[in-house]
Amino acid sequence: MSDGQLTPPVSTRDHAAGSGDAPVTLVEYGDYECPYCGMAHLIVKEAQRELGSELRFVFRNFPLAEAHPHARAAAQSAEAAATQGRFWEMHDMLFEHQDALEAEDLLAYAKSLGLDMQKFARDLADATITKRVRDDFGSGVRSAVNGTPTFFMNGVRHDGSWANKAAFINSLREAARQAAETSA
Amino acid sequence: MTESDLVRHALEILPAGTPAPDFALNATPDQVLRLSELRGRPVILVFYPADWSPVCGDQVALYNEILPEFREYGAAILGISVDGVWCHAAFTRDRKLHFPLLSDFEPKGAVARLYGAYREGEGISERALFVLDADGIIRWSFLSPIGVNPGADGILNALESLDGRSAPVKAESFRADAAEMRP
Repeated sequence: MSDGQLTPPVSTRDHAAGSGDAPVTLVEYGDYECPYCGMAHLIVKEAQRELGSELRFVFRNFPLAEAHPHARAAAQSAEAAATQGRFWEMHDMLFEHQDALEAEDLLAYAKSLGLDMQKFARDLADATITKRVRDDFGSGVRSAVNGTPTFFMNGVRHDGSWANKAAFINSLREAARQAAETSA
Repeated sequence: MTESDLVRHALEILPAGTPAPDFALNATPDQVLRLSELRGRPVILVFYPADWSPVCGDQVALYNEILPEFREYGAAILGISVDGVWCHAAFTRDRKLHFPLLSDFEPKGAVARLYGAYREGEGISERALFVLDADGIIRWSFLSPIGVNPGADGILNALESLDGRSAPVKAESFRADAAEMRP
């Protein structure tokens, strides 16, 4: 167990920021209401700035809905925004406002992003969206996600710290270096 | 824990094939749960060091989220630590847990010892997982380093590989049966 391999691997189904040619792909399983994910969000942003085109970042939903009553609706609103091509804007908005994730807040964020509100409201409760969030969660369980946030670097679970920014970025660089060596 | 410690402990927890020792522990201040009462369905035993670990995605929180998947296999899940019943009650309420936490409190750690999952000196149980079949036989056991949350994939794999009696019936098995019956 816990061989810590990402299942399924990253595909076109995923929300990805950065190029598929990047030598390192970082996958996060996260929960918009989890305070640790909120801290990790800033570290990921920093890593994206530092590594630039070397890094592709993928986010999958892992809402711990029993502990975080707003987490699932928040995940669904990011997925609903994705159907209008605005996943990352909503993703950032949610992490920047973790303490305000009531239904009216989610609608206000959608509005401020200029989304088609009728479509957004419809999509929020749509079975495809709720299934997508459930599928993400299931893939996390199968990938030995053991809490939030859990990171994978090039498909391997990162058991080291993410809270230490320098160490985290070094691990990413190391993964990139190893990938470059294997492909060389 | 050093690697040799890990190996030593790994050798000590009860392995697959062993009948699970029966026990009776308090699930609430006034309710006692006996393991043998659960005969007839798979049981997941989760030994863990202590309530109130300081992260939100901790082991019991994770299993709490995955309960529907465990239930698909008809499995019962029991958490076991040396914490007292009132501590478990407060922790259960705070984390909104929907499965029983048993109190291995007096004599302290007695059940953890039976399963080879007690840490002498520290006075807490290991992070150890056991999956029992419907007859109360251990079918899978796993000892995790104390600081590492083992996740749930190992439990789900073990439940999946239990014999067909309690596992969900898969469409493929029907097809296989049908094929065999052809002359």
